[in-house]
Amino acid sequence: MTALNTPLPQPHRSPAREEFVAGLVAILPAMIAAAPIGLLYGALAAQKGLSPLEVFLTSTLVFAGSSQFVALELWTEPADWIGLGFAALLVNSRHLLLGASLSTKLGLFPRWVIPFAAFPMADENWAMAERRAATAPLTPAYYAGLSALFYCGWVLWTTLGSLVGAVVRDPATYGFDFVFTAMFIALLAGFWKGSRTGVVLAASGLVATLAKLTLPGAWYVLAGALAGIAAAALMFDPATDGEAA
Amino acid sequence: MTDAFSLDGATLAAIVAMSVMTYLTRVGGFVIVRFLRLGARARYALAAVPPAVLMAVIAPTVFAKGPAEALAAGITALAATRLPMLGTILVGTAAVVGLRLAIG
Repeated sequence: MTALNTPLPQPHRSPAREEFVAGLVAILPAMIAAAPIGLLYGALAAQKGLSPLEVFLTSTLVFAGSSQFVALELWTEPADWIGLGFAALLVNSRHLLLGASLSTKLGLFPRWVIPFAAFPMADENWAMAERRAATAPLTPAYYAGLSALFYCGWVLWTTLGSLVGAVVRDPATYGFDFVFTAMFIALLAGFWKGSRTGVVLAASGLVATLAKLTLPGAWYVLAGALAGIAAAALMFDPATDGEAA
Repeated sequence: MTDAFSLDGATLAAIVAMSVMTYLTRVGGFVIVRFLRLGARARYALAAVPPAVLMAVIAPTVFAKGPAEALAAGITALAATRLPMLGTILVGTAAVVGLRLAIG
């Protein structure tokens, strides 16, 4: 990142613990905002005949909201493991981009930790980690705080939803659906680096909107992201951006 | 709740298949960057991933859902320039609730 690399004063009292707590605090709003969606997923899964244990295992082992919803739409009795596995691969393919980007910010992570750090990487904790890395070195403890709370929250809400059923009819009530949009807009502000960022955002936003209106499922995220990245690649100028790291 | 702990064999196989495939997408990006030598242009493009992904996630809500969401997104963006994260979220959510009541 070319953002200001202001070296933050190193905290001298158990820095790992403080970093972990800072991660927990940063992700708390997202964890709470996931409640209506998680409860809804659990309730829908129960309607499809999944037991609370099966919902718990899905959220624990898969931990990917959009692909879990897609799987419910494709659900058959008995479950078609090949089709569902392939659908998960396609729906979650955007993770490739998230991981590739985050991997350039893991200087403080021991190499053996990285395969474990990849497991709970979702849009929300990934975005928070990227935002952190733009202003301070990303520590394993901070990432662990982000990921642990968001992961436990998703497992908790979805399992609870399967147990109590349809308490949440529509996350749009009280604007819960907009919390993630607002959070991502707030995070976006931190990635602004001038007019070229504007071009990236315009390409991504335009293509994502068009894809959402024309393609099924969650393809719009990958389509928009690739358009934004392509715009950045086209704007690359070897003379001035030669060592933009 | 007699069947809370029921576990169907085919369902378990599907959960494991989804888990393995999803993990491959998660770890794949780290593996690719680790074993591929990226040129300067590729690294420059990679730095654009965070804003490009975030914009793609929110774009349909902002541009294609309705005037209430579009206006609320504008208010949220303004708030983001002067408020911390939590304040921005509160302003944005309050804006969308109010605007949905006012203009649908």
